[in-house]
Amino acid sequence: MNTTLIIAAQELRRLFKSPLAWIILAVVEFLLAIFFLLLLNQFMSPTPWLEDRGLTEIVVTGLFQVTGIVLLLVTPFITMRLFSEERRNGTIKLLFSSPVSITELVLGKYIGTVCFLLIMLFLIALMPLSLLMGSQLDMGQLAAGLFGLFLLMSSFAAIGLFISTLTSQTSIAAIITFGILFMLWIINLAATTGSETFKQIFTWLSLLNHYNNLIMGLFNSTDLIYYLIIITVFIALSVWRLDGERLYQ
Amino acid sequence: MTTGEVLISIEQVYRYYGDYCAVNNVSFTVERGEVLGFLGPNGAGKSTTMQIISGVLTASTGSVSIAGNDIIDSPRAAKSQIGFLPEKPPLYIDLTVDEYLAYAGRLRGLRKKDLKNAILNCKYRCGLESVGHRLIGNLSKGFQQRIGIAQAIIHSPAVVILDEPTSGLDPIQIREIRKLIKELGSDHSVILSTHILPEVQTICDRALIIHNGRLVFDKKLNSLHGDEDKTALQLAFREAPDITTIESINGVLSADVIDEYRFSITLDRNSDALDALVKQSVNSCWGLFEMIPESDSLEETFMRLTGGEQATVATEELA
Repeated sequence: MNTTLIIAAQELRRLFKSPLAWIILAVVEFLLAIFFLLLLNQFMSPTPWLEDRGLTEIVVTGLFQVTGIVLLLVTPFITMRLFSEERRNGTIKLLFSSPVSITELVLGKYIGTVCFLLIMLFLIALMPLSLLMGSQLDMGQLAAGLFGLFLLMSSFAAIGLFISTLTSQTSIAAIITFGILFMLWIINLAATTGSETFKQIFTWLSLLNHYNNLIMGLFNSTDLIYYLIIITVFIALSVWRLDGERLYQ
Repeated sequence: MTTGEVLISIEQVYRYYGDYCAVNNVSFTVERGEVLGFLGPNGAGKSTTMQIISGVLTASTGSVSIAGNDIIDSPRAAKSQIGFLPEKPPLYIDLTVDEYLAYAGRLRGLRKKDLKNAILNCKYRCGLESVGHRLIGNLSKGFQQRIGIAQAIIHSPAVVILDEPTSGLDPIQIREIRKLIKELGSDHSVILSTHILPEVQTICDRALIIHNGRLVFDKKLNSLHGDEDKTALQLAFREAPDITTIESINGVLSADVIDEYRFSITLDRNSDALDALVKQSVNSCWGLFEMIPESDSLEETFMRLTGGEQATVATEELA
């Protein structure tokens, strides 16, 4: 456990050593701030369609919806270097020859990345929270939304982590991660055609569907379980893949 | 210098990359206080073997144990006794030397309170005192190589494995690193691979030569040079005489049959035994066609064992 935390701390520190982490935080914050202002503007001068909706529903839910899409684009850039870069620089040999188990290694890297995403989450959360200065918010819905965002980020990170164990090219890791995330995002579109069972499976698989429930303030244990399954499966796959690499490479 | 305590034990290790067999039935042991030189042409399986010993790769079959701990069954205990420098130093170029060494030390299980001393000590040993606060990426190849060595010894492991430790260093640094390796050899086991044969002769107690994945040579280096007053030869005759005939020649200390044609013979250097042997061969028409000094230098041994196979075949065809 101790080693896991050492690796996690190192991962986080190294992220902030490179300009990438700062730039990602800045770009995400900037893009979301624009959306935040647009949504706020919509609330101030509502169209008839939005008239009966509250501040939380328009601004917070709207903001989180956009955040999901922005994260979809950005997370691959954060996770792409996790193992690809270690392998490319040969530093993976330092890790493999150290008294550290593969599970500790993978968990350490994962926790480090999730910590970075939590910092991002905190910065994003400041925007809706700033509304508290002049208004009231539905704190339950906000909390559910933030929790949903956290789960979404964590599952994105787990998928990205696994993809980065597959290749030593960071750009390839990024584009494949993006492809998979995007596919999981829109897979519910496939549900519009096909049989009823098909529809149910695809809808259940879709990252978007479960996320939408949470940001609407609908806390469902199925959604929680869905994300936990995604996270566990991809972490386990990463461990399995790295273990196999030492034997078959 | 050795105490007899076996620190590295490798038994019947095979490693396949797909169908290609990179390491083929390699077994050896290394004792505490021994510096082992690992030689072989490019692609012979040196790096693969070293990576198997250090736990980076897993052997397809066979076992590796470090200080009595099997690397598969108790990896934590085994790996905490290993310091490994791969061919390319495993450096994070965006960290400073101090940060990097601190991380390497922590990974290897050093406690926080011991860390500072360990860093100071290994920086001193590798001549890195002046660059502690510099970014690794901005340092020269020689410094990076030394940082690589520093991370391998920071936790004073029982076993230090260095894959081409002197590559990229200038002659002065090479001399310093050799001195360091000798020092390490006094209380650790060191395995190092290199292309530079004289390097092995100066710093190693023992040499292994690996060729096409097989271990083809394993000898203590002082025995390679042999005694001063003895000469060992390998002789080949077309009409080979009886071994007792050869042994009866004055000055022949011992003779062994290698195959139908070949004998391994030890002569007293101060006698005229060789002259007598050749004379008798000519007189009795033994048909002497090959004479190879056995106590040859490492370089000759290396050439004979790795590149020399075709040469032997050629001689046989001529014969």
